[in-house]
Amino acid sequence: MIGTGILKGMGVTARNFVGSYFEKERLITVQYPEERSPLPENYRNFPFLIYDGEDPQAGLRCVACKICEKECPPQCIYIVKSDDKKPDYMGKPQFYPKVFDIDISVCMSCQICVEVCPFEAIKMDKEFELSKRERFNHLLQRKEELSKPNEYYHGICPTEAADVDAKLGAAAEAAAKKKAVAAAPAAPVLAKPTGPTGSTSAPASS
Amino acid sequence: MSATVQTLEAMERPPVTMSSRLEGELLEVSMGPQHPSTHGVFRMNVTLDGEIVRKLKPVFGYLHRNHEQIGEQTTYLGSMPYTDRLDYFCSMSNNWAYALSVEKLAGIEVPERAEYLRVILAELTRLQNHASLLGFLLSDMGAWGTPLMYAFREREKILDLFESLAGSRMMCDYMRFGGCRVDADDNWLAGARKIVDRFPKFLDEFEELILGNEIVIARTQNVGKLSADLAISAGITGPMLRACGVNYDVRKVDGYGFYPRFKFRIPLGEHGDTYDRLMMRALEMRESVEILKQALAQIQPGAIVNPKAKIRAFRPPVGEAYGRIEAPKGELGFYLISDGGPNPYRYRVRPPSFINLTVLEDLCLGHTVADVMVILGSVDIVMGEVDR
Repeated sequence: MIGTGILKGMGVTARNFVGSYFEKERLITVQYPEERSPLPENYRNFPFLIYDGEDPQAGLRCVACKICEKECPPQCIYIVKSDDKKPDYMGKPQFYPKVFDIDISVCMSCQICVEVCPFEAIKMDKEFELSKRERFNHLLQRKEELSKPNEYYHGICPTEAADVDAKLGAAAEAAAKKKAVAAAPAAPVLAKPTGPTGSTSAPASS
Repeated sequence: MSATVQTLEAMERPPVTMSSRLEGELLEVSMGPQHPSTHGVFRMNVTLDGEIVRKLKPVFGYLHRNHEQIGEQTTYLGSMPYTDRLDYFCSMSNNWAYALSVEKLAGIEVPERAEYLRVILAELTRLQNHASLLGFLLSDMGAWGTPLMYAFREREKILDLFESLAGSRMMCDYMRFGGCRVDADDNWLAGARKIVDRFPKFLDEFEELILGNEIVIARTQNVGKLSADLAISAGITGPMLRACGVNYDVRKVDGYGFYPRFKFRIPLGEHGDTYDRLMMRALEMRESVEILKQALAQIQPGAIVNPKAKIRAFRPPVGEAYGRIEAPKGELGFYLISDGGPNPYRYRVRPPSFINLTVLEDLCLGHTVADVMVILGSVDIVMGEVDR
């Protein structure tokens, strides 16, 4: 009979309407600014630079190797390498980025910079409310704005950050051992991997 | 809206009836960017005789982003996130098609778990694409809102899965040459199983809502008929081809990935009209659920990426390769020529929705303006892929 299909459809909408008062599954809207659904750990948005220790600029892991600048598909990273070397967070003299800019209006959050970085220096942030008041200066994130401590990384991605710390700790330990074998015995504090200071899940690299 | 009145002598006249008595004047109407359609920016120059379409000229290119040229300028890996932006509904299957062609080019093996994950993600993509397509089609017909919101409610669950695995809801950028980027943990697989098990319930409800509806039947049956001959000669693929009764599915024909391991059927249509195309999506979702159930039961722990595959300084040997998959919209292929450098020498996309759209005029001739939107919706296009 003509009309039964429509009535059946109406039945479905009625079931959904009434059901939304009782079944949580039928009412899935999150009232965003007041309510927030938690972000999954793998969520990625824009890159930031990690530093270890207290000083944001001295502790940067980035050594200005420019691999991310080269690999970035939309070319949103701009790096100027330093002329001199400064001791990094492990005390080793390294180049550092004199300028490190990311244009967040160009970045497409693809995570390729993170994958290609051999120094675990750049990671993806989870902050997504990034509206700015000015078009030019504010959309270009400078080195100072991009630098965030390792603890922050532990806060947003605990398991991944612990893995990274373990990896870095193991590498530093291996380097220290090699150095100790090469040089005479007891090369004391210098090569000791301090790791990220204060991070709770830092590896126990004695 | 600009409208010009002109006479086309060469045009075939419809039989004279009362409504076409005021003949001699054809009206050219521009349907397109100003139309509140959900399919991106697209224009159709429609020549109308009364309400009947006598001529239709699609105008593409408003969303052209130089995708292929960019692909030739960036590294092989650098093109992967751009493929997400082709058909932004199905970024997982786009990733797979591109990864497949690069793997063919460089001869990279993919570990078993990664193949299973790829099948799972591609079929989840098919579920959400077809569900939202049905919703969009209904909203084109005037059922504004309700079916689309029901479809989006299910789609959202699948997108949440994508987000928790790949980090982004739509721009997943998940596959890598020789595997996948992140491993799925047991929680994720359990979540996927739960969604797959509940999906048939949604399908039952959705079919009850729309497929028996007399208005839907009146609007879609015998509208936009496509003959099998025309579909084959125009290179139509995907559900649109199978709605004409042609049994052609790249999953069966090529057997890429692990598809030969799964038992599933290929639904076929009979009439090739809009209703068959609509039904085809509903039936394919059921088959996808079957594939997903088998894949989620069979998946074993293991490596997800081939350790030999390089991330930095990836240079495939000189040669050419064409990798294709059955994307939700049809056959999606990437054709690559390598000259041994870090960038492809030639990078070409064979987009399903662009080629499926080429028969739009044949589908629409003789139907009313209101049917044009329904037919366009049933073709299942995403303008990001059509214009590239």
